Amino acid sequence: MELTTVWFVLIAILWTGYLVLEGFDFGVGMLIPIIGRDDAERRVVINTIGPVWDGNEVWLLTAGGATFAAFPEWYATLFSGFYLPLLLILVALIVRAVAFEYRGKINSPAWRARWDAGIGLGSWLPSILWGVAFANIVRGVAINADAQYTGGFWALLNPYALLGGLTTLLLFLTHGAVFLALKTDGTVRARAGALAAKLSITTLVVAGGFAVWTQVAYSVTWTWAVVAVAALALLGVVVATSRRREGWAFALSALAILAAVVLIFGSLYPDVMPSTTDPAFSLTVTNASSTHYTLTVMTWVAVVLTPVVLAYQAWTYWVFRKRISTADIPAHTGLTFERSRERA
Amino acid sequence: MNALELARWQFGITTIYHFVLVPLTIGLTPLVAIMQTVWYRTGNETWLRLTKFFGKLLLINFALGVATGIVQEFQFGMAWSEYSRFVGDVFGAPLAMEALAAFFIESTFLGLWIFGWERLPKKIHLATIWLVAIGTNLSAYFILAANSWMQHPVGTTYNAQTGRAEMTDIGAVLSNPTLLSAFPHTIATSFLVAGTFVAGIAGWWMVRAVRAKNESLARSLYRPAVLLGVVVMLVAGIGVTLSGDTQAKLMFQQQPMKMAAAEALCVSEDGASFSILAIGNLANDCAGVRHVISVPGLTSFLANGDFSSHLDGVTEIQQRDEQRFGSEVNYSPNLAVTYWSFRLMIGLGAGSAALALLALWLTRKGRVTGNKWFARLALGAIPTPFLAASFGWLFTEMGRQPWVVAPNPTGIDEIRLLTARGVSTSVSAGTILTSMIVFTVLYAALGVVWFRLIARYAREGAPETAPPATTDESETGPLSFAY
Repeated sequence: MELTTVWFVLIAILWTGYLVLEGFDFGVGMLIPIIGRDDAERRVVINTIGPVWDGNEVWLLTAGGATFAAFPEWYATLFSGFYLPLLLILVALIVRAVAFEYRGKINSPAWRARWDAGIGLGSWLPSILWGVAFANIVRGVAINADAQYTGGFWALLNPYALLGGLTTLLLFLTHGAVFLALKTDGTVRARAGALAAKLSITTLVVAGGFAVWTQVAYSVTWTWAVVAVAALALLGVVVATSRRREGWAFALSALAILAAVVLIFGSLYPDVMPSTTDPAFSLTVTNASSTHYTLTVMTWVAVVLTPVVLAYQAWTYWVFRKRISTADIPAHTGLTFERSRERA
Repeated sequence: MNALELARWQFGITTIYHFVLVPLTIGLTPLVAIMQTVWYRTGNETWLRLTKFFGKLLLINFALGVATGIVQEFQFGMAWSEYSRFVGDVFGAPLAMEALAAFFIESTFLGLWIFGWERLPKKIHLATIWLVAIGTNLSAYFILAANSWMQHPVGTTYNAQTGRAEMTDIGAVLSNPTLLSAFPHTIATSFLVAGTFVAGIAGWWMVRAVRAKNESLARSLYRPAVLLGVVVMLVAGIGVTLSGDTQAKLMFQQQPMKMAAAEALCVSEDGASFSILAIGNLANDCAGVRHVISVPGLTSFLANGDFSSHLDGVTEIQQRDEQRFGSEVNYSPNLAVTYWSFRLMIGLGAGSAALALLALWLTRKGRVTGNKWFARLALGAIPTPFLAASFGWLFTEMGRQPWVVAPNPTGIDEIRLLTARGVSTSVSAGTILTSMIVFTVLYAALGVVWFRLIARYAREGAPETAPPATTDESETGPLSFAY
């Protein structure tokens, strides 16, 4: 296999890791006010991803960095072309990252509510925009002979891309709900399970529709199999959530997201950014890539480091495998801004 | 302002801001790890209290450092796409390695550290914070490899067909002499920042405790922290100076225009003096510069070890560069910025030294002090290494202008890129202005919160710690949550 193809696949894997892992981070973030009805329940929800959200987010940085290293032309055209959506995503991620850490630092309901809104913004916005971005990539956008995007911002909000945004939104909401059902106990677990069962049906319809649209309009023959896998996985989530088979539900939800990424990338290859202006202007795995030397170096780096990363990230999930309920939430340890008792 | 100017302002603002937070993280994580190690080894509760005290401050800082770091990964593609196309073959690799090798470690093990108290066996929990420390320091190595390549491109060839720089030797990129001096310089700076932070806060608390008639608290808890901070400051200070000297000597060879501008040395000289104060036309006119106070021969000595050695001036280097690269460009950076940021970097770095020496004196032979002025100096010293670091980066990045990839005097001429050529051509000035305003306002707001939280938690002092209730690995007890 050509190194350019190898790296195309590796980048697809990195995006899969990111969307599967941060998919439930975003889902959980969106569900905080919905599943968590009081302060303790909300803390249960947040603490399910507390130890892992940061490590999950690094998959995005790695995907971005790998794209820069392996396909610099793709990196350049994509991030300059999708400037404003990316700006929105970045703002959302910045606010979310700070919100997780700062939320508990001051013991005040108003303070917590403000940061919860930040987590919410930081979860809703990317959930929609990632779908919009990937849908536009697969659909093709206006790229000229100099590999510059010429389409502007509003062109990115076309019906297909908006459906893509709705798809990732629902996928992540469902994924977050099944994750919560798997990681919690008591009232939160029950509520999450019930919501997951309801969401999964809507997700099946919308995501299924998006998958079929993608397949018919933009894909190749072999990706029909991927659509089938996605459909079966989504159906499996419906069945599993209705039966409260939480482990299965999560595994199948992850599989559905994986299938979505495979569908996107499988439809793209060998392009990386198709041009609607003229197919000759499309960025491909060949014309957008780095040199053979750089790809070789990066392959060694990835082959050596990725298994190690997977191992210790998996270990983290093992360490924190215990289900959390409101009984596990200790008293607030945050200070208040007023001066407390003199310590010295 | 046009797109180029706005893009430069945006990159400068976001990067300087990021690099206010990063040195504290890089330096403080190992210090917290040391505190926890001392507690692990000796069982002395003092060190657990210090670990939790400074650990809390570290986390407040770390979060904003991560948040502002995400932008960095994507900025190159967003407003500097043409730069990314030119350098991507070389520059992308260290960035990808940074994420894969360093970011994963620091983020994953930080989660384990925050949530793993009394959940992980003590030894393993201790290992997590050390791994975070390693991760942050390793990340500095890779990003500095990328930046050092911009200052002094190595291991690369030029492909005339594609018009791109192409990597030929990753080993050369990762062992760039520029990198080998920039890395210790940055790490030493980070330890200076963190050491001053620890010594400053602990020093302020020591005075407060003594004045509240709680000398035993001052002596048993805060004095050791002051001493730790001070020792780190002194070692780091020496490290910064030595590595800074090495780096400057390299820069005289690799980027002579930058150093000539740093000295406002307009005309070549044998035995060039070190200028302490120069005044001139703020419109950057070399001819209008007047050196008011200077030390004879010192710059030549610093550059070449010889008080009478020859140094090229801005005018000569400009002529040389015009012949080599074309005559339409002004190859000298902004003199005022380069000159003053260089001096402020050095001068502010000395601010910590004052605190260190005074602190050592006042705590000698088991003493503690309730001196109000020491408390004020302690707090006042904390920002100085932060500022020194910022001016250092301003110096080196503004000093390399107009280049974004500076030509290597002993390398391939075509491996060079003017900053003006690196900006994205498909992004309008209006769009960049929008993002610049958004980032500036957002960062300012978050910065206020950051400061209020750090000040509040610092003012609270080291927490009392309850003895661990259960055995090492707790399956049934309450999980120690952070959130």
